[in-house]
Amino acid sequence: MATDQSTRPPANEWPLWEVFVRTKAGLDHKHCGSLHAADPKMAIQLARDVYTRRQEGISVWVVRADQIVASDPGDKDMYFDPMEDKVYRHPTFYQLPGAVDHM
Amino acid sequence: MYTQAMDTAGKDSEGRKAVRSTGEMMLEQRFDARIDDGEFIEAKDWMPDHYRRTLVRQISQHAHSEIVGMLPEGNWITRAPTLKRKTILLAKVQDEAGHGLYLYSAAETLGTSRDQMLDALHSGKAKYSSIFNYPTLTWADVGAIGWLVDGAAIMNQVPICRCSYAPYARAMIRICREESFHQRQGFESLLTMMQHGTEAQKAMVQDAVNRWWWPSVMMFGPPDDQSPNSAQSMRWGIKRVSNDELRQKFVDAAVEQAKVLGVTLPDPALKWNEERQHNDFGPIDWDEFWRVIGGNGPCNRERLGARVKAWEEGAWVREAALAHAAKQERREPLAA
Repeated sequence: MATDQSTRPPANEWPLWEVFVRTKAGLDHKHCGSLHAADPKMAIQLARDVYTRRQEGISVWVVRADQIVASDPGDKDMYFDPMEDKVYRHPTFYQLPGAVDHM
Repeated sequence: MYTQAMDTAGKDSEGRKAVRSTGEMMLEQRFDARIDDGEFIEAKDWMPDHYRRTLVRQISQHAHSEIVGMLPEGNWITRAPTLKRKTILLAKVQDEAGHGLYLYSAAETLGTSRDQMLDALHSGKAKYSSIFNYPTLTWADVGAIGWLVDGAAIMNQVPICRCSYAPYARAMIRICREESFHQRQGFESLLTMMQHGTEAQKAMVQDAVNRWWWPSVMMFGPPDDQSPNSAQSMRWGIKRVSNDELRQKFVDAAVEQAKVLGVTLPDPALKWNEERQHNDFGPIDWDEFWRVIGGNGPCNRERLGARVKAWEEGAWVREAALAHAAKQERREPLAA
């Protein structure tokens, strides 16, 4: 696993923020894009302006892009492979008599 | 559409001709296979340099086009005929700003910075869509832009929703959802003038159509046989439909829409071809297209001047915001 490779921007550029929006109560926040803002308060306001012009959200999160830790896509196969042969994690692995198969 | 002038950017082709190691060739083969399988490429995936550079160029030029595209319509915000039209135009121009921002963000995932992209625009190295170098002379121009220019843009943008580079595709899906109101409001504005307007207003609509038709047709870029970059872009799933095919679709749709409006399209050669099941249309003045792309359209200097001025005069705001943020952080440090 590797941390995000992006470095801090030059001192005169506004930092990059990733934006997450929850469209309605009950759903997760989903990543919808990024923007540049000077500070957290501006980031939230701009996220509202840029990403929710059509009431796409009731809640907005912003996270500084350099704070995001991501898995390395290069290691994707190796990293997620162990899940591939554990079929017994799925309900369909288990054969049950019809009378109780609704389980 | 946003790769206008990329074919003449000869320097970009050097990447393709460079000698590559066996390792890199294998990576490229695997990459090609992913594309052929219809897989999406994400920001941190390996990609050929040429793929990356093509996308940086295309996405940034698309973003520049949105931002510069705010200018011809912004011209009419203070003079829209009713409050309703004013709020509609404001909403549309706001959307264009938002679209530019989505696209700059998508381009930045490829390793370029906002400042680098803006520098390329302001110095004239990067292009924006030729259409925005034309003036908006009357209120009817605003409607014509919505109907024809946004119409052409939509036609080009829908296939890009399936672009192999996922951040670009996702931005396009968002943009397409917002764009359809742009075309509808323009058409509706023209329809109102044609159905309820005075003779002078109807003439104004026809005049706007006369001036915006050919530049809109040119938006799709040079004919396929003069677009050497298209082939590589198609191979990599960046471009899904050819310039000529998109242009034909646009013309066919517009001919029917023009009938509803009651305007004529300024092309005497426009005629339904029963055999092809498409409209034949007249020759495009490619000299005009290359002149405008090359910097000698009616408004090139004005457009770029407006952008450079906004950037330079806004520098103090950007600096002040950063200084304020730094001051706030010294007072209340953010949690790690």
